[in-house]
Amino acid sequence: MKIHEYQAKEIVRKYGVATPRGIACFSVDEAVAAAKKLGGSVWVIKAQIHAGGRGKGGGVKLARSLDEVRQYASAILGMRLVTHQTGPAGQLVKRLLIEEGAAIAKELYVALVVDRASQRAVLMASSEGGMDIEEVAAKTPEKIHKIQIDPMSGLALAEAKDVAYKIGVPAAAAAGCAQLLQALYRAFDETDASLAEINPLILTADNQVLALDAKINFDDNALFRHPDIAAMRDLDEEDPAEIEASKFGLSYISLDGNIGCLVNGAGLAMATMDIIKLYGGAPANFLDVGGGATTDKVTEAFKLMLKNPNVQAILVNIFGGIMKCDVIAQGVVEAARQVKLAVPLVVRLEGTNVDLGKRILAESGLPIISAGNMADAAQKAVNAVSGAHR
Amino acid sequence: MSILIDKNTRVITQGITGKTGQFHTHACAAYADGKSCFVAGVTPGKGGQAFEDIPIFNSVVEAKAATGATASVIYVPPPFAAAAIDEAVEAGLELVICITEGIPVRDMIRTRYKMQGKPTRLIGPNCPGVITPDEIKIGIMPGHIHARGPVGVVSRSGTLTYEAVGQLMEQGLGQSSCVGIGGDPVNGLKHLDVMKLFNDDPQTEVVVMVGEIGGSDEEDCARWIKDHMKKPVVGFIAGVTAPPGKRMGHAGAIISGGKGTAADKLAVMEASGITITRNPAEIGKLARAALKG
Repeated sequence: MKIHEYQAKEIVRKYGVATPRGIACFSVDEAVAAAKKLGGSVWVIKAQIHAGGRGKGGGVKLARSLDEVRQYASAILGMRLVTHQTGPAGQLVKRLLIEEGAAIAKELYVALVVDRASQRAVLMASSEGGMDIEEVAAKTPEKIHKIQIDPMSGLALAEAKDVAYKIGVPAAAAAGCAQLLQALYRAFDETDASLAEINPLILTADNQVLALDAKINFDDNALFRHPDIAAMRDLDEEDPAEIEASKFGLSYISLDGNIGCLVNGAGLAMATMDIIKLYGGAPANFLDVGGGATTDKVTEAFKLMLKNPNVQAILVNIFGGIMKCDVIAQGVVEAARQVKLAVPLVVRLEGTNVDLGKRILAESGLPIISAGNMADAAQKAVNAVSGAHR
Repeated sequence: MSILIDKNTRVITQGITGKTGQFHTHACAAYADGKSCFVAGVTPGKGGQAFEDIPIFNSVVEAKAATGATASVIYVPPPFAAAAIDEAVEAGLELVICITEGIPVRDMIRTRYKMQGKPTRLIGPNCPGVITPDEIKIGIMPGHIHARGPVGVVSRSGTLTYEAVGQLMEQGLGQSSCVGIGGDPVNGLKHLDVMKLFNDDPQTEVVVMVGEIGGSDEEDCARWIKDHMKKPVVGFIAGVTAPPGKRMGHAGAIISGGKGTAADKLAVMEASGITITRNPAEIGKLARAALKG
C-alpha cells in the first residue's frame, strides 16, 4: 500500500525524523492560508501523488511570494502530472503539500528496503541524493552504500554513524544524521514498511539534517495489524477496477489489450497473459480468481472485465485442484447469463471433474467456445478477436 | 525415496482444527500411503481431541514426543503462522512446509534469522506443498493428476505447477517429486536448493523449473546448474508480459528497478544450458525431448 509524502512525513516525525514544517492542502485557498501560517518568505508547493519523479514532471515549485503560492497551487492542483513513474496517462493531483523552504547545502539519499537475497532489511545511502538518483544507481553504483540490518538488534548507532561518514556528512552533523537513520529504521520496522525512502535527505548550512521528501510503501500482508495506516489509503490514486475487484477478493490489474482473462492462480494467470501475447493477442487484464471461485465471484469477475470497453473476447483458464471444474463451469454459465454476455467466450478447464465441467458448458446452450489445452485456448481467443466485426 | 518426503515420513499438521487444516488433512490422509503418514495435529488448547483418528496436541514438542514425527505442515492463519514455523523449528523438526499465504514479511525476516544454523528445512510460506506421487502428498495439490515417474518439478507457483504436471502426464511422463517453493519474497528452500536435491536423486532424470518475475532465485539456480547439474533442465518463467511495478498476485512477483524481469531470467537460464520456452504450453513437450536426448 502506498501513501502520500505528507502522510509519510507525519509518520517519520513521530519517530523523531526532522522534516521541514508543512501543511497538507486540498484547495488553492488552503494553500495560501498554509503559507501564511508557516510564515517565512520561501515556500515549496508540492503535488501529492503516489508516484515519484514529481520534480522532473513539474509538480514541485518554489514560491517566493504569496502570489506565487497562489499561482503555483492553481497550476498544480488539478493538473495531470506525468512522471516516469506514473505511466503516460499521468495522475490527477488532488492534494498539495505546502512547506517552508529549506536552505540546502547538500542533497543525500537514504532508503530502507527488504532485500530478498539476504532476507534482511537493507539500508542504502548515497552522497548523491536528488532527482537523478536512478542514474547514480545505474552509472555509479559504488556511490550507493548498503548495509544489512540485524532484525533482532536493529540499526546500531556506530553502524549509523559509519554510514553518515561514508556519505560525506561532516563531523558536526554526524551524530544527528545517525540518530535520524536509526529513527527511520524504527519507523520502517514498526510500521511493517516494504520501502522507506528519503530523497533528498538534506544537510543545511548550519549542519541540520532534514528529510525533504519521504516515501513509504507498506507490506499489504501486515495492514491487518496497522488499522491507522490502512485508513490512510487514497482510493483516488488507485485504479477503480482494481478497487472494485479487491472488494470481491479478486486480484485484478488493468492492462491495455482486448482479451479479458479469468484464471485461478497468479502464476497460471501470468502464463495465460504471456501465451496470449505470444500468439499475437493482447491481454486486457490480469485476474486471479483465487482458490474458491464461487458463482458470485465468477459473475463479479465477468462484470468487471466487461466494464472495460476494450474487451472483445474473454478467456477463462482454470486448472481445478481443490476447485472442481463442474463448480466453475456452473459459475461461468450463470455469470454469462446474468451479464448477458455478448463477446466470444473461450473456456479451458482442466483438473478435478473436468469431464463433468465440459459437459455442463456444452449443454448450457450458450455459445461457449471450449478449448482443450492452453495453446488451443489462447489461439481460439486471439482468433475470436480478429474474427469480431467492430 | 525421491527427495524430501516419502511413505515413511511422519507429519504433524499445525492448525489442524481450522477449516483449511481439516479439509487438506483429510485429503492428504486419503492419498496413497497418507493414512500412516499423518500422525498428529497441533492446535493450542485442543490437546486431547482428535480429527478423523488423528490425535491433537497442544504443542509441536508434545506431538513430536508422542509420535516421533519429523515433519510438519502449517495451515495456521497469517497473524500466527510465522510463530508456528518458529515452534516447529525449536522443536527440532527436519522439515516444515508452510502453506499459509499472507504472512507479514517482517515476521518471515525474523523467523528466517532465528533459523540460521538450525538443521530444519523450510518450504514456503505461501506454497502448495510437496508431493512424491504414489507415496505421499503434503499440501494442497490435487493428488490424482500426478503419477510416479522420472521428472522432478520445482516451482514458485500453484496452479501453473499443476498445468506443468498435466502436460507431463500427457507426454506419458510421471514425476519423482513436485516441490512448490511458493511465491513469497522471504522464504525457505529456493530453486537452487531443490535443484541440488534433484541432482543427487537417482529417480530423477530431468527437471522442470518453473519461475516467475521478481527476485533472482532462478538466475542463482541457473548459474549453479551450468557448473554442476548432471541432468537436463527445462525452464519456464511466467510474467514476460507483466508491467513493471505491479504486484501480480504474489508478494514476490514484483519487478523493481529493472531487475527480476522474465527476460533477464530467461537469458541467464538459456546461457546456463537450460532448455527454456516462452510458451507455457510447451513445457511437457520439452521435457519429453530432454529425456530422449
